[in-house]
Amino acid sequence: MSETLIAKPAVSTTTPPEGERKGLTKKEIAADHPTWCPGCGDFSVLALYFKLIEKRKMLHEKITTIAGIGCSSRFPYFVQAHGAHFIHGRALPFASGISLSRPDLHVFVFGGDGDAFSIGGNHFNHTARKNVKMTYCVMDNWVYGLTKKQTSPTSPLGFKSKTDPWGAVDYPINPMKQAIAAGATFVARTTHTNPNHVLQMMEAAMDHDGFSFIECLSECVEFYEGAFDSSNPRKGGVFNEIPKNHDVTDELAAYKLAGEPFPGHFGIFYKSNKPTKNAKEAEISKSLQSKVTGLKDWQILQKNFDRMK
Amino acid sequence: MSNATTGAPSSGGASKVSSINEVVIRIAGNSQDGIQAIGGFLARLAGRSEQEVMTFMTIPATISGGASIFQVRMGSGEVLSSGDDADILLAFYQHSYEDHLGSLKKGGIVLYDSDHVQPKPELQGDYHHAGVPISGLTVEAIGGTAKDKGKNLYALGLIAKMFDLNVPKLEKLLGERFTGKDPSILNNALAAFHAGYSHSLGNILETFKFVDAKKKDGTQVVMNGNEAIGYGLIAAGVRFGAGYPITPWSDIMELLRRELPKYGGTFIQTEDEIAAISMAIGGSYAGRVAVTGSSGPGISLKTEALGWAVMAEMPLVIIDVQRGGPSTGMPTNIEQSDLNIAINGGHGDSPRVVIAPANVEDCFYMAIEAVNIARKYSVPVILLTDQGIATRIEAFVEPKLEQVCQDISPDFSPVADHKPYDLATKDGITTHVPPGTKILSGKYPIATGLEHDELGHPTGSPKLHMLMTAKRRKKLQALGASLPVPKVYGPPEGNVLLVGWGSTEGPIKEAVDRARAVGDSVSSLHLRHLNPLPNGLENIFAGYNHVLVVEMNDEGLYGFGQLGQVLRARYCDPKIQGINKTDGLTWKVKEILERAKTNVAAGLRKI
Repeated sequence: MSETLIAKPAVSTTTPPEGERKGLTKKEIAADHPTWCPGCGDFSVLALYFKLIEKRKMLHEKITTIAGIGCSSRFPYFVQAHGAHFIHGRALPFASGISLSRPDLHVFVFGGDGDAFSIGGNHFNHTARKNVKMTYCVMDNWVYGLTKKQTSPTSPLGFKSKTDPWGAVDYPINPMKQAIAAGATFVARTTHTNPNHVLQMMEAAMDHDGFSFIECLSECVEFYEGAFDSSNPRKGGVFNEIPKNHDVTDELAAYKLAGEPFPGHFGIFYKSNKPTKNAKEAEISKSLQSKVTGLKDWQILQKNFDRMK
Repeated sequence: MSNATTGAPSSGGASKVSSINEVVIRIAGNSQDGIQAIGGFLARLAGRSEQEVMTFMTIPATISGGASIFQVRMGSGEVLSSGDDADILLAFYQHSYEDHLGSLKKGGIVLYDSDHVQPKPELQGDYHHAGVPISGLTVEAIGGTAKDKGKNLYALGLIAKMFDLNVPKLEKLLGERFTGKDPSILNNALAAFHAGYSHSLGNILETFKFVDAKKKDGTQVVMNGNEAIGYGLIAAGVRFGAGYPITPWSDIMELLRRELPKYGGTFIQTEDEIAAISMAIGGSYAGRVAVTGSSGPGISLKTEALGWAVMAEMPLVIIDVQRGGPSTGMPTNIEQSDLNIAINGGHGDSPRVVIAPANVEDCFYMAIEAVNIARKYSVPVILLTDQGIATRIEAFVEPKLEQVCQDISPDFSPVADHKPYDLATKDGITTHVPPGTKILSGKYPIATGLEHDELGHPTGSPKLHMLMTAKRRKKLQALGASLPVPKVYGPPEGNVLLVGWGSTEGPIKEAVDRARAVGDSVSSLHLRHLNPLPNGLENIFAGYNHVLVVEMNDEGLYGFGQLGQVLRARYCDPKIQGINKTDGLTWKVKEILERAKTNVAAGLRKI
């Protein structure tokens, strides 16, 4: 029987066990110098991804970084590891294809608010509800940056852009509410100005067995400067972590937290342990394979052909 | 019906037995009557009797109800098409009778359900009429509650009697069909069948007996084109795919969803067409060539991601079961109008491979070929079939699965260094190294839709764009050069060469046979590789005065169908002309011949 869903590819024997292994250094894991503007919040997310890889001693060949299109979606070029820069809005189904056929890989998807909630909105909902195992980090800057300042699905009402010179008129998407309603099993919010918190959320997301979603506020200094100042203590704002007594399994409480006015709270809003799509598909396969135990692939097919004679 | 020993059926008179080589039976009713089941039983019986068989069906796009037909041609010799005109029409309703009598040969037999059909006196002279109260007798045979259920099997019994079909084999087929269900269902089915079989058609009709078929090499399997593709992909080693339901592609995704888990794989039903191709590409990227597919509008939706697979040089198989277009078009009708989108669909210069199976057996083997081309050339391959071939049932010699099935499990052995878009390779062919592979140099590849350097990192360099564009083209040219020159059917020189592609091979070959039988100089050529084309076609064309491209698509603004345009562009030969139609139906042999004659008589068109 072929080894696809069920079995993991053999780990290279030259790899030392995790305890003796050193984490990859920034030098080993950094590739191209980012094309982002100086001061862009995305630099901080990239640096913390490197830190996560180092801290968690990930195997170099198992890291898979996927993105769609947008400023933040340039991410894979800056990471010295396997990766793909896919088309606009479709990073999640692409990553699902990897996740569902390769349980041995760490699948990380990075993108922006346009990619996630506008052109890719449908995929966001369905990947969340299917609970495909991966980590999705959306660097939300409330504006289209790569195309130079058009209204984004998360732009607040009144935001003046090139497509809304009089101020945005469409009600923005609330990413936390969207994710909870869609059935995401790990929903967290953080901001690029608090590196420790970003790393903490990334680690928790990575450890979650399922679709883990992080909204990371990431300021666009070029087209939406100061958007998140009220969440940044260094700019006179407040960074409020989610209250200790919040029950992350309480969907309604999470939804209420998500409805607070900006800057709201940061941390894990919602988490549940529903079985993943990966596990369910593997279960189906295991059950059907048990009926053809001991048969080679061609013999399984032969059984079908025998019925067509 | 070609009679081997005797003349045409006698009118009236005592019943007699005639030997026949083949017969075309058209069954007309509504979509919920189970007429596909009758046709399916006949086709499988023919397959088990070493006979040739081909079927043709139309199903309405409506969910339930609506007129539906199934035509089956079975015979002891070679069967190339589903037949122009029927020898026997089985009509369940008045509309079936009135709409389909025209497709019955003069002197043919119309067998009708006299509970629903009022035959027209003025037609009695042209066709042998045989009325049987099929509905009433079915209810009588299997009980009043059964309503119309089972009348298809009653009719199957009538046909079995008329053609002296092998009853034990049919009983076995019924047993297999109704296996595992409530035993009373099988008993009812057999009761209905036997009631029909023992019904006396009186002495108004003769009965027929097939002459013995020539011994085939090995046993035959009977399936339709969609099934052959699904099983071909499994034999090829495909274990992952994604799709979205659309007619007539859905059967393939249902089959893969059902079967792949047995092999440790899976097939995912996605939220939309774009997600389907994206997920399949993700599966390919992960290491094992994956499949997606669609029909009509679904193919249009997939083109952006298809362009990514071309740019990123990712292996992928896309099945396009063509239907009538544009837009929602004619979902359950046949058309060959997706060749343009298959070859050129999408923005930018995006060369990809397009191949088209000509019959059901081809569907199986070309699914494997598609996978192997995709892997070898790191390119998306579109397997172009159509509604006709998808639902057409044919018998073919059973593949030797132990030899045919291949293992394409990815290799994750570490590599010293890897350039995914290496410009130094011969013919531009590079291979994809999947994630999980350790790259000892520490330089990892990025798969990308941006124009890129050899490692996959973005570039704006005009020189690199030129080199990479040429690389993506050159590997297809290398594939083209490796393709075998297709064989001409008929003499290599003559007046007319009919050129076809896809599901039309059978009727075109039959047209050649029929034309040659009356002394016309006609040969044919069937193309399976459409992009790239094989080399050497110009030498074949040189042997004929007229090259007529037979296609089920529009003649276009300039008078040529979609393949016609490609051949014109490549060979700049004014003798290449088009024979096109857009009625949503398969070619009849006589249609091809009439159109060819008109075309040749008109001389070369001035353009």
